Amino acid sequence: MKVELTVNGKDITADVEDRTLLVHFLRDVANLTATNIGCDTTSCGACTVLLDGESVKSCTVLAAQADGRSVTTLEGLASEDGTMHAVQRAFHEEHGLQCGYCTPGMVMAITSLLKENPSPTEAQVRQGIEGNICRCTGYHNIVRAALAAAEASK
Amino acid sequence: MIPPSFTYARATSVDEALALAAEHGEDAKYLAGGQSLLPLMKLRFAAPTVLIDLGRVAELSYIRDEGTYVAIGALTRHHDVAHSELLAADIPLLAATAEAVGDPQIRHRGTIGGSVAHADAAADLPATLLALDATFVVKGPDGTRSVPAAEFFKGIFETALEPGELLTEIQVPKPAKPSAWSFQKFNKRAIDFAMVGVAVQGGSVALINMGSTPLRATAVESALASGASIADAAQLAAEGTNAGADIHASKAYREHLARVLTRRALEEAAARA
Repeated sequence: MKVELTVNGKDITADVEDRTLLVHFLRDVANLTATNIGCDTTSCGACTVLLDGESVKSCTVLAAQADGRSVTTLEGLASEDGTMHAVQRAFHEEHGLQCGYCTPGMVMAITSLLKENPSPTEAQVRQGIEGNICRCTGYHNIVRAALAAAEASK
Repeated sequence: MIPPSFTYARATSVDEALALAAEHGEDAKYLAGGQSLLPLMKLRFAAPTVLIDLGRVAELSYIRDEGTYVAIGALTRHHDVAHSELLAADIPLLAATAEAVGDPQIRHRGTIGGSVAHADAAADLPATLLALDATFVVKGPDGTRSVPAAEFFKGIFETALEPGELLTEIQVPKPAKPSAWSFQKFNKRAIDFAMVGVAVQGGSVALINMGSTPLRATAVESALASGASIADAAQLAAEGTNAGADIHASKAYREHLARVLTRRALEEAAARA
């Protein structure tokens, strides 16, 4: 079927199998590979992207379900001139990553969280990333990065 | 993992969804938020040949005050149930349960009707809706009917829904004392289904994952009604249940959890009231 998405502000149209998952559309059709596939079972959150501005797990959304809608991946966060988004900058400054595999999903989940709750408490941040697993167990600095990004965006 | 091949069909109204279901018969399945169905399809536990996507049936996404009850469209997302001011005031148990489902990403996609129609014995919302004596409105080729929660859940992934029927609305009576609620769930990771869970509203107690369907803890409810203490009543929580055993917990451990969580839930509900 024909699927038409706006990905990071750019229209992408492709004829794909009905069963194509959003994450495969992003990686294989749009060639945007920042979005990682981790568990592939809706558990780990590595594939988190924004669908119409809200975090979703792109391994558990059909490209067809997203047809006509707007998707933001990690590649779409920074400004045109390369200036990092507040959440990206905070991850950099607070050393919010170790191996980096969960990072794109963490950044997108936190971006969505801060949109809904611009001044979260530490507990709210921890609950807000309950759907994202960091197998380096680097949560401490990830939480610090989320709080720093909230502070920086004030 | 990739789901087995299927044909994708999109409905934009209830009538269109029913027509598509009639056209494609028993091989078709409705797709709401897809947060349970798509993972099952990826594991090849489910292989419908046609998926009828309800995601754009906007007429089924609402939360309405109907005086004595709140009417919730079947396609209302967990996120919207969790953040409803009406529910926070009048049925806080339901809002809190929706907030306990999965994780934020899942709550952005998953729907209350999808959770009810999917009928996973370990799901949160069916038990809470059972405790609240909700009624499910179902539309089919022969018209509309209402099914009380107590008669809706028939077994694991099995409900009173007939082929081609669509759950359209969930009607939840406003409890006399909204604040007398508690929702307890025991799991290993935040995103896991409950090993065991308990929903309490006043003197109503419903159990999650203590059998093939959500169950009312009737022995606990009767004991409370005859004046038993919370501690004594909670001891009866596993009576009449039929918990399974799996890699997460034995049957005996689940029964223990049911007693402990019921006591905690009743204590919390009493403290809030």
